[in-house]
Amino acid sequence: MLAKRIIPCLDVRNGRVVKGTNFEGLRDMADPVELARFYNASGADELVFYDITASAEGRGLFTDILRQVASEIFIPLTVGGGIRTLEDFDRVLKCGADKVSVNSGAIANPSIIGAAAKRYGDQCVVLSMDVKRVEGQFHIFARGGREDTGIDAMEWAVRGVGDGAGEIVLNSIDTDGVKTGFDLEMLDALAERVRVPIVASGGAGNMEHFAELFTHPGVDAGLAASIFHSKQVDIKELKRYLRTRGIEMRL
Amino acid sequence: MIAIVDYGVGNLFSLRSSLRSLGLETEVSGEAERLRAADRIILPGVGAFGDAGAKLEATGLAPVLREEAGRKPFLGICLGMQLLFDRSFEYGEHPGLGLIPGQVDFLGEELEDKSLKVPHMGWNRLAIVKDDPLFKYFEDGEYVYYVHSFYARNCRDSTLGISRYGNASIPGAVRRGNVWGTQFHPEKSGDAGLRLLRAFAEL
Repeated sequence: MLAKRIIPCLDVRNGRVVKGTNFEGLRDMADPVELARFYNASGADELVFYDITASAEGRGLFTDILRQVASEIFIPLTVGGGIRTLEDFDRVLKCGADKVSVNSGAIANPSIIGAAAKRYGDQCVVLSMDVKRVEGQFHIFARGGREDTGIDAMEWAVRGVGDGAGEIVLNSIDTDGVKTGFDLEMLDALAERVRVPIVASGGAGNMEHFAELFTHPGVDAGLAASIFHSKQVDIKELKRYLRTRGIEMRL
Repeated sequence: MIAIVDYGVGNLFSLRSSLRSLGLETEVSGEAERLRAADRIILPGVGAFGDAGAKLEATGLAPVLREEAGRKPFLGICLGMQLLFDRSFEYGEHPGLGLIPGQVDFLGEELEDKSLKVPHMGWNRLAIVKDDPLFKYFEDGEYVYYVHSFYARNCRDSTLGISRYGNASIPGAVRRGNVWGTQFHPEKSGDAGLRLLRAFAEL
């Protein structure tokens, strides 16, 4: 059977890894290539890179970093951030990305999912969603979690998968950065609606949170940033711990 | 020199990089002469079988590949492995290269537990069922990385290793004569995958 995946996420701006709390107050942490090497050696199952640069110069720096990582690290690489067109897909795939994640780009233009899936295959298209509770409903937020689109998150996911998204990254804004555990209620609601792999994001604070996460069978992977970057949780140790808890892990 | 067959399908960046990281001379080429000159050939591939098969036909390389497969170590990866078989039933029926007896069917059909997700995507253990020089540096039960919705069937005689997914036994590695195939991506399977590629380069 498939092992559950542990995925560190690297938010890159101007060539450096940053990680914010509740999307605000970004802090500089490390060199992305160094960090990628470290995670590969630690047994990360996949790496996610988000390009949070606005400038063209920063974008070029990002693709250089990506190319460097992809030429020496041979595990799946997912890339997101600023993906709006098929040309954007093409640009990062040529630099060694295996999967491309769309978020705001799909909100602005939902047809990008179907077009990309048709050209590159479903397995290549990841729908990333920033979701927050609004009056008891799960809403899709845009612009890095700042803007309520009013779109129902579960309907959005079903539509995205129908169009060809092969995986969903669900980032709960409600639990992001507060380190009190993943948003299990939100993840369960999603797992009931779609049959593609689900990557949980937002809320990991300790190893126990991952053990709790993987008791929910609909969840395939756990993604986190700051707890790994700060070395508060070591991936190798985490995976050994999870295996002792009866969870299938690649060691 | 290891030639990676370029027929306009898929992203060859990682495959080329992984071979280079092992210090192996590689060349990405769609020219018959270069494939004939190579010591070894790798047939990659992602996407749909019908589309890839048509592209391969359009290059006119299919007869060259059949010929060279009898002369030198030849490895098909993922869809490149599926193309080695007689035929595939992915959206219709499509002929393959016919280098290994067997066919390619939809994995979802085979799975009794309908809550299992298709594509079969992620890290799964490869259990060795037949020892082979390809496993020279590979241990039984190591994890390898898969991304696929279709799988090879009726190929028991050529199966070297399998991965279990629900009730399905997925042939992860196959061989007939000089022709090897892996359903998983060795170039994305971390250290275990690199060791497998190294063994292929030494065959």
